[in-house]
Amino acid sequence: MGMLGYYIRKFWMFVKNEVLVLPSRIMVFLFFLVLLLLPVFTQDPYLLRILILTSIFAILAASWDLLSGFTGQMNFGHALFFGVGAYTAALLNLHAHLPPWGSVPVGALGAVLAGLIIGIPCLRLRGTYLALTTLAFPIILMGIVFTIPSITGGELGISGLERLARSRVANYYITVVIMLVVCTIMWKITNSNTGIIFHAIREDEVAVRSSGINTTRYKLLAFCLSGFFAGIAGGLYAHFMRIAGPSTLEVSMSFQVVIWAVFGGIVTIYGPIGAVFILYPLLEFFRFWPEYRTLMFAIVILLILLYMPDGFFPWIRDKIETECPRCKIRNIATRKTCRICAAEIE
Amino acid sequence: MALDIIIAGLINGSTYALLAIGFSLIFGVARIVNIAHTAFYMVASYCIFLIVQKFGYHPIVGMLVAVPLITLLGLICYKLFIDPIREHEAAVLIGTIALAIAIQEIMLLIFTGDYLSVPALIQGYFTIFDVKVFYQQLLTFVVALIILGALRLLLMNTKLGVAVRATANDREVANLMGINESRVAMITMGISVGLAAVTGAVVVPLTTISPFMWMHPLIMMMAVVVLGGLGSIKGSFAGAYILGFAEALVVFLIPMGAFLKGSVALSIMILVLLIRPEGLFGIAFEEER
Repeated sequence: MGMLGYYIRKFWMFVKNEVLVLPSRIMVFLFFLVLLLLPVFTQDPYLLRILILTSIFAILAASWDLLSGFTGQMNFGHALFFGVGAYTAALLNLHAHLPPWGSVPVGALGAVLAGLIIGIPCLRLRGTYLALTTLAFPIILMGIVFTIPSITGGELGISGLERLARSRVANYYITVVIMLVVCTIMWKITNSNTGIIFHAIREDEVAVRSSGINTTRYKLLAFCLSGFFAGIAGGLYAHFMRIAGPSTLEVSMSFQVVIWAVFGGIVTIYGPIGAVFILYPLLEFFRFWPEYRTLMFAIVILLILLYMPDGFFPWIRDKIETECPRCKIRNIATRKTCRICAAEIE
Repeated sequence: MALDIIIAGLINGSTYALLAIGFSLIFGVARIVNIAHTAFYMVASYCIFLIVQKFGYHPIVGMLVAVPLITLLGLICYKLFIDPIREHEAAVLIGTIALAIAIQEIMLLIFTGDYLSVPALIQGYFTIFDVKVFYQQLLTFVVALIILGALRLLLMNTKLGVAVRATANDREVANLMGINESRVAMITMGISVGLAAVTGAVVVPLTTISPFMWMHPLIMMMAVVVLGGLGSIKGSFAGAYILGFAEALVVFLIPMGAFLKGSVALSIMILVLLIRPEGLFGIAFEEER
């Protein structure tokens, strides 16, 4: 009993000292809490369906940020990873009768392979060249998918896959928990040594190389990691929709991912996730005026870009938090002195 | 068969050349990757359709009205949406994607998703070796060549052309030499969108018009530009005809080729990039590429 009390007190101290001091951390905490407790209050299948798809796309957008935001390798063909993940999982599930817990990770490994295949030629390119070249890969794969309909189902795709779980609530928990775990892993990666090297490659590749770091290997690693997470998203999507079709490879899918990530703010991981959680349900909301839906979406993006070109979430974060000029620790904007070093904040 | 391929290749190539050179120009001068470029081509086609089919004017009138109108539209869009965020490279990409989608949706609202068409400027055809050659195809090809020639004259032999090329070469130094860089960017945007509109005008009788017609040319145009070397006019010209002919060959020679035409063209682009990462005629800059 005494031990339990100690742990509870320790946990409370942690929450009080580390989480409640910053509004952004409170928001993340609430985000976790709301997502995990939502089915307790409502089990509306339509709402859960939207949230499941939102979670899947959140993984996809965050994985784009891991590659393109952090290492600066503008990838305009992110749908490739998504599609490869979805098609591999679907084929394995249908022909090898692999259950979802097996086919999704193997699908993700397929996407890693795709990352290697496109990563190797793309390593020699930079910036806009890279963006335009990566755009080509999903289109090439789509052409192949259409030419061998006996295997890939052509325009109709591969349908009749196994469900993730029987009930909607179980589906919801599986995807949401995977999303939270995977996104936390990605965020941890970006905070680790590897993440710092990724970030440095984006800022100045020559400087990184002259520090004795093999940038080629790290860029390939970024392609593989990003491909893996995007492949997980693709596999989950295929199993949830029970179909893997050519729509997963479309150009608009690649563009959609970039739009989400830039809207939320690149080089943050949390930005793209938040952006998907705002934009995807918003798009569903606009279904009352279906003909204006995409138009409104595009206009919202244009306006956001005009007023906050760094992305929505960094903009908000800068409004509610300030950085201590002395110890570089973030404080809530209302404080006059830093919470750690007590330096004056103007 | 062979003649069919040559005709299709020349028409495709000319279309892509016109589009790619416009895209390449604005990229070279202002470092703007204008995804909405082919959306303007689509709007130009609709504009001509409106004037010809709805108001009943001659197609020539339609073209003469549509090109300046679309150029103006492009400049307004540039001033409103692209100019304020020009310094953020990623933001420009998204901004132009959003712009293209917005244009597509507006066209979808006005004209619905139906496939529309415009009558040819000159009716009729002649035959060589049992192959029908429509006068319109010939006209499209000739007009494309004339415009490309005029553009070359403009870039090589006028003061404005020198300013454009200087800015493309080095923005900062051009600025130091007294070239008003933002004005040059504005003018180039005008020329670029104008070229897209002209492409729409010459190609529209040969294709069907739909709000989604900008996607395929966009991808091909990007492949052409990357293949030829970003910012290189000569490269875009060569790349356009290479990919145009590749597309025609695939469509005519391989069964199910219509699905593969994009794939083959893009594979050619990737193969060339593996050997020459800066494209056929591109110059490898140490800083950018």
